[in-house]
Amino acid sequence: MILQDSRPLLEVRGLCATVNGTPILKGLDFTVKSGEVHAIMGPNGSGKSTFAKVLAGHTAYQVTAGQVLYEGRNLLEMAPEERARAGIFLAFQYPIEIPGVGNSQFLRLAYNTLQAERGKDELDPLEFDDLVREKMGLLEMNPEFLDRSVNEGFSGGEKKRNEILQMALLEPKLAILDETDSGLDIDALRVVSKGVNHLAGKDNGIVLVTHYQRLLNYIVPDYVHVMDGGRIVRTGGSALALELEERGYDWIEAEASAEGTLS
Amino acid sequence: MTTDAVVARGVLENLLAGVLVDQAPAAGATPKLAWLKALRAEAVERVGVLTVPTPRDEAWRFTDISTLTGQSFHPLRTPTSLQAGDIEHFHIEEATTRLVFVDGVHAPQLSSIGADGGVGGVVSNLSAAAPTHASAIQPHLGHHARFRDNLFAALNTAFLHDAALIIVPRETAAAEPVHLLFVSTQPDVASHPRILLVAEAGSAVTLIEDYVALHEGAYFTNSVVEVALGENAKVEHVRVQRESGQAFHIASCAVSLAHASRYHSVSVSLGAKISRLGLDVLQTAEATECTLDGLALIGARQLADTHTFIDHAKPHGVSRQLHKCIVDGAAHAVFNGRVMVRPGAQKTDSAQSSRNLLLSAKAVIDTLPQLEIFADDVKCTHGATVGQLDSEEVFYLRSRGLSEAAARNLLTYAFGAEVIARIPIASLRRRLEQTVLEQTRRQP
Repeated sequence: MILQDSRPLLEVRGLCATVNGTPILKGLDFTVKSGEVHAIMGPNGSGKSTFAKVLAGHTAYQVTAGQVLYEGRNLLEMAPEERARAGIFLAFQYPIEIPGVGNSQFLRLAYNTLQAERGKDELDPLEFDDLVREKMGLLEMNPEFLDRSVNEGFSGGEKKRNEILQMALLEPKLAILDETDSGLDIDALRVVSKGVNHLAGKDNGIVLVTHYQRLLNYIVPDYVHVMDGGRIVRTGGSALALELEERGYDWIEAEASAEGTLS
Repeated sequence: MTTDAVVARGVLENLLAGVLVDQAPAAGATPKLAWLKALRAEAVERVGVLTVPTPRDEAWRFTDISTLTGQSFHPLRTPTSLQAGDIEHFHIEEATTRLVFVDGVHAPQLSSIGADGGVGGVVSNLSAAAPTHASAIQPHLGHHARFRDNLFAALNTAFLHDAALIIVPRETAAAEPVHLLFVSTQPDVASHPRILLVAEAGSAVTLIEDYVALHEGAYFTNSVVEVALGENAKVEHVRVQRESGQAFHIASCAVSLAHASRYHSVSVSLGAKISRLGLDVLQTAEATECTLDGLALIGARQLADTHTFIDHAKPHGVSRQLHKCIVDGAAHAVFNGRVMVRPGAQKTDSAQSSRNLLLSAKAVIDTLPQLEIFADDVKCTHGATVGQLDSEEVFYLRSRGLSEAAARNLLTYAFGAEVIARIPIASLRRRLEQTVLEQTRRQP
């Protein structure tokens, strides 16, 4: 929802980033205010996932220029765990499997780390079990996933649900979902969307990175951005997503490069 | 004779002191045990011929035991009298049947046999049971763990007296695991633990082989284990080596699988300055299955060597192996995993994986998975990885708020816990998980 007096949550100015010396982000500008839902779309290789990972602090990416403010703080100086503790959450495109670490143990560890940071009480295993089962009910997840190792042997859809479960538990201020919709069947898509809509409120910002318009049938964004060549080249309302679905990305790429030539 | 060889011989004589005296026929000795005496005499003879292995021997290339021969270990002189309370903390709640050996000597007052004789058959000290169970023992003892070319097995056999004997009768499933606890209480002592497990046709049993110490000194444990599975028998074998940090631990374990039998072992090596486990599994008949899981978790200047040999001698055999090493400090882990598929052992299905984690720049791992295949219709895979923690996994945990140190600790723990999780005894699993947690935890 777009609110009149909302405060800026995330302000990105002229962000440039490289991976192994190859420039991926090339002067990206982007702002999220609390309460807003943004969708970032764009063709493969446009830098969408890189942007999501840079926001979470992935160490494989080097920021070479630009500024990122999160609630007025310099985000780029913060370690990944500081960002998480400050309320940033990235739902991974490819969640990592961690054999040997029980899912419930992991979820509780993450939850209690944030509880401590927020000055709230940590939960013991029994209390946490009640909470996590309630959240799993919302996401129509089988409780047996608690007893398995983190993401080990989970199907693609189960891994994505596990990401959304973490999001539901950690209640981030800024949630970034990196292609959470890809590889999901309709049921899973519906459930994942339910989790996102449940989180959305006037104090949160949500950034959906997606390749397809499909997800936006379930989560209606306030803004749709198109990324191309490491920059946001077009911003519009939710209708833009439908136009992209119909016309593809070529016309935007053409317009963007024409503008580039002119300027 | 080179100086080294002279020193090594001196060590052997030292270690053998007392054996020869014991060979003299004692008053009232049962003539029935002539075969046992002959076995020992043969072993003594082999000890006289064999030499202490050096890194020039291929099988000991990475494991230099010259520090072992440089120390003067001697046979036990004065047995330690322990009270039940001294070892209570080593008890495993699931196992009410427990044989305790203190510095190699059976301690009946610390041992206990649960209901139904423990396994419905025999759980006893070999020296007590040998006269009455000779026909069950004789075909196995010294026949699986061959000592002709194995100095340490020969030395153990030369000392053969107290030993754990377990016989599980046909078609009997032991209700509880059997816990064999080998406790070291004195420095400088050489002990020779021995186990014979005979799982008769259709039987099932879980064995826990556990080496512990009540002191931090140097001593020498030289164990030999023989496990014979009859047709359709099923054995779970958990081996925990948590000797003192100064100890020398050398072990040979030989497993023989009869038709359609299934053997699973989890070997955990935590202690000892130098440890060596040789684990040989022989598939003597068709359709047998073995799963060997192993974890070596070492640091400081420890050396842990695991040599395994899976011998697919007959068709339709299955083997699975996961061996992991976590090496910290200036420690050195060795894994040599040989899988042999003999001519005619068609439809063999074998998979072996050696995974290794280095926690420090000075840690060393030598891993040598070896496949030797002489049959043409088989499915065999093997692989080895050596590395540090996966940076994507570390990032994933940090992105959920865990500090880098906490993330690394958790992942290191998990690496080891994957093997621990395969131990079929809950209380032991919990205890070892705690050990792994403590040993892999570093302060941020």
